Amino acid sequence: MSKTTQCLIIYLVLCLSIGTAFSQGLAPPSNVAAVDTPNDDGSSITIKWDAAPEDSGISGYQILRRIAGSGLEEVGGMLPAGSTTYVDSTIEKGSAYVYIVRAVTETEATVESEETAPVKGTGEWFHMGKIPLFFGMILFSAAILWNLYDARSGKEIFVRRIPGLEAVDEALGRATEMGRSILYVLGLGQVDNVATIASMTILGQVARRTADYETPLLVPCNDPIVLNVVREMVKSSYLDEGRPDAYNEENIFFLTDSQFAYAAGVDGIMIREKPAAIFLQGTFYAESLIMAETGNSIGAIQIAGTDSEHQLPFFIAACDYTLIGEELYAATAYLSKDPMFLGSLKGQDWGKLVIFAAIVLGVILELSGVNWITTLLQRVR
Amino acid sequence: MEVLGIWIAAFLTLCIFSFLYRDNPFYRFAEHLFIGLSVGYSIVVTIHQGFIPLAWEPLSEGVNALQSELTSEGTPETKEALSGLFKIIPIGIGLLFFARLSPRHTWLIRYPIAILIGFTAGAAIPNVLQASIFEQTYGTLTPFAAMHAGSLSTGDIVGAILITIGLICTLVYFFFSVEHQGPVGWLSKVGIAFLMIGFGAAFGNTVMGRVALLIHRVGFLINDWLGSIF
Repeated sequence: MSKTTQCLIIYLVLCLSIGTAFSQGLAPPSNVAAVDTPNDDGSSITIKWDAAPEDSGISGYQILRRIAGSGLEEVGGMLPAGSTTYVDSTIEKGSAYVYIVRAVTETEATVESEETAPVKGTGEWFHMGKIPLFFGMILFSAAILWNLYDARSGKEIFVRRIPGLEAVDEALGRATEMGRSILYVLGLGQVDNVATIASMTILGQVARRTADYETPLLVPCNDPIVLNVVREMVKSSYLDEGRPDAYNEENIFFLTDSQFAYAAGVDGIMIREKPAAIFLQGTFYAESLIMAETGNSIGAIQIAGTDSEHQLPFFIAACDYTLIGEELYAATAYLSKDPMFLGSLKGQDWGKLVIFAAIVLGVILELSGVNWITTLLQRVR
Repeated sequence: MEVLGIWIAAFLTLCIFSFLYRDNPFYRFAEHLFIGLSVGYSIVVTIHQGFIPLAWEPLSEGVNALQSELTSEGTPETKEALSGLFKIIPIGIGLLFFARLSPRHTWLIRYPIAILIGFTAGAAIPNVLQASIFEQTYGTLTPFAAMHAGSLSTGDIVGAILITIGLICTLVYFFFSVEHQGPVGWLSKVGIAFLMIGFGAAFGNTVMGRVALLIHRVGFLINDWLGSIF
């Protein structure tokens, strides 16, 4: 045997013994457990295991699972070395799964844990982590109901001046005097959008006045369901004012649900119809400035309102009046003076007062090292 | 074919840009084409991504499964497909929107509207409470815990204090049932100042984004369109 061959054999034996020693030192993941993920709809299982020591040489983990009677399959790819949990969201409801956690080293040596006990994903009726949120909602609802009761029993409720809403009558009066139409744009929100719902209730109030003044009210919609709701609301307003004859359904129409096509269409209406007053109320995105600038260029009085904070600057720059965020929600109460809405508005103020107190108290407590408010808030997240 | 596409895109882009001068037939043509195409496209998308997979397929599978069950050829799969029959409830409610077509039955449309608004508002309230109130309050308070632990830099301390003052004052601005006079008036004025500073920053940031979009469009005209000519 040549010297080179001897050296090669010694080298191979050394490599093998080091590799064996290393793999013998690589401990399998310990305390591996699979549990049904709490507070979900039963579509996931959580797998947990103990963290490996930093010098264990583990470079990652793989999760293997199998349904009884079938082979193992890998899920989730390679997890980083520090992982201790994995949520398997790809399970079939009703099937029991067993899991194995496989530790992988940089040299691609592997060692597997024992199989977990079989576990099924089951859904829960209640998300117990949301209980503080539930109590928060109960308190908030109670504040609103209390104020509603107060308002309906005849107690006068003060509402501070909101300039943008005081201009509504001015805008409608101007359009009537000029014999031109009013354009009401609800933005791109759908019926599940809070700002769109608020905008529709404002439209109801605007429609009451246009019914009185017999001013044409144009409402281009970008959602078929919003279109139907708006038609019904405006029709109700005209009926309430005793002017069903003045209601023209064709003035409330579907344009398109595409963002910039809608903006192009609204711009075209502004240029051709030349409305004297334009309301831009609801949810807006990048099309806000295009519409507001066109409205400005035709000299219409513009009252905008949105809770989209990125679009508010453009409305402030290009419109005569702008309702900022919450002012949009307060508009219906302000315009109608209806005790129901006024009571609700005051109830919301109580809610804000609670938040105000929670922040001030929270800051004082946190600075004193007491953190039960943040702990409570963290539980709700 | 690609060159033709570039020419059409360039022509329509210039048609839309012509609005900067005044309303004209070219803009009107592009506007109507854009609206018509987008409506047609959304109808096709709604049919293929909404009506067929969410209504037609589960319902027809449910009807077929019911037939199999009635003829005693049921399997576990057909039992599962039977759940598709429940789709008849939302489909029935949705069909009430068509009541508008009959003046005598138009009142029926109020039912789907009431269900839709009630459901969406109810679903939105907990989310708004969590995302806009609980999360924001938590985010405001967390730096003060770090401040107590001494792990916050001077800049971060100033930032946390400024954010809290801004938040409190802005909150005061949105109190509607209180007269904004005296201390409340002063706090609300500070609040509106914070709002305007925020809006100014957002304005600048968004304008930069819009200029980038304009540059992209002008780049298309110069490079792709004019580049294909010269």
